[in-house]
Amino acid sequence: MVSLTKRYRFSASHRLHNDALSAEENARVFGKCNSPYGHGHNYMVEVTVRGPVDPATGMVMDLGLLDQAVEQEILDRFDHTYLNLDVPNFQGKVPTTENLCGEIYHLLRARLDAGEGSAQLEKIRLEETSSNFFEYPRQAPGGLEQMKREKR
Amino acid sequence: MIYLTRRAEFSASHYYHNPDLSAEENQRIFGKCNNPHGHGHNYALEVTVEGEVDETTGMVLDLKDLKAVLEKEVLQRMDHKFLNKEVPVFAAKIPTTENIAVEIWNLLAAKLPSGRLHRIRLYETNDLYVDYYGD
Repeated sequence: MVSLTKRYRFSASHRLHNDALSAEENARVFGKCNSPYGHGHNYMVEVTVRGPVDPATGMVMDLGLLDQAVEQEILDRFDHTYLNLDVPNFQGKVPTTENLCGEIYHLLRARLDAGEGSAQLEKIRLEETSSNFFEYPRQAPGGLEQMKREKR
Repeated sequence: MIYLTRRAEFSASHYYHNPDLSAEENQRIFGKCNNPHGHGHNYALEVTVEGEVDETTGMVLDLKDLKAVLEKEVLQRMDHKFLNKEVPVFAAKIPTTENIAVEIWNLLAAKLPSGRLHRIRLYETNDLYVDYYGD
C-alpha cells in the first residue's frame, strides 16, 4: 500500500461568530476573528489517498481524476468565497479551519468512495497560515508514525 | 524510540508506458507522461529510520553511514539517469513515483547500518509526494 499526497491552494474569507452567543461572548471567544466584515486566508490543503499500486499503471490513483474531484468538490465550492455567506455548508456552523477541514474530508470522501478506483481518502491536512494547520481524521499523537507503531 | 529523517535530492527523467496496452490506451491513461523521450523531475527523498538512541553515542545511527548508503544505493543508481533505460528494475516496471518509492525501500531496508527503515517519502514536485511504509 502506498499513500499519495497532493497539495492544492485556495483563498477565502470567513468570520468566526456564533449567533447563539452574545456580542460580548463572541468577542471574548473569537477575538479579532469576530470582526464583522470577515477576513481572509490563503489556505493550503493536502489530500492524502492510500491504496495498492495498480501493476498495470504503477499508480495508486489517476491524478487527473483526483485533480478533477478536488477542483469540483473543494476549489469550485470554496475558492474566492466568503465562507459564512457563500457556502451553504456553513449556514449555522462556524467556519473555523477545524470545521472546514472536516467538511473537505467528508466532501472528498463521498466523492472518492463513489468512484471506481481502489484508493481511499486517508487524510486531509489544511493549513490556514504557515504557522497553523489542522488534520482530519484525528490521529494518535505523532500521527501516522504513532499509528504504525501501535499496529506492530 | 526516535525517528530520524535524512533528506537527499536527485534529478532523473522518466516516461510512463505499459507495453501490454495499445498506443491509444497508453495515451489515454498516461497523457503527457507517455512522451517516449521522457521528462524530468528534481526528486526529494526523505528516508526515516526508527531506532533506540545508543547510550554511548546519543545517536540512532551514524549520519555519515546513512549518507553513504543513500549515495551508494540510491543516488548512484538514479541521479541524472533516464530511469526507464538506465535503471534495470524499471525496464519492466513503470517508474511512477509510487514504484520508485517502493524500489528505494527495497534497496535500503537491508542496508541500514543500524536502526530500522520506517518510511520512504518521495517528492516528485513540491506539491506531490508518496509515502511507503514497507507494507
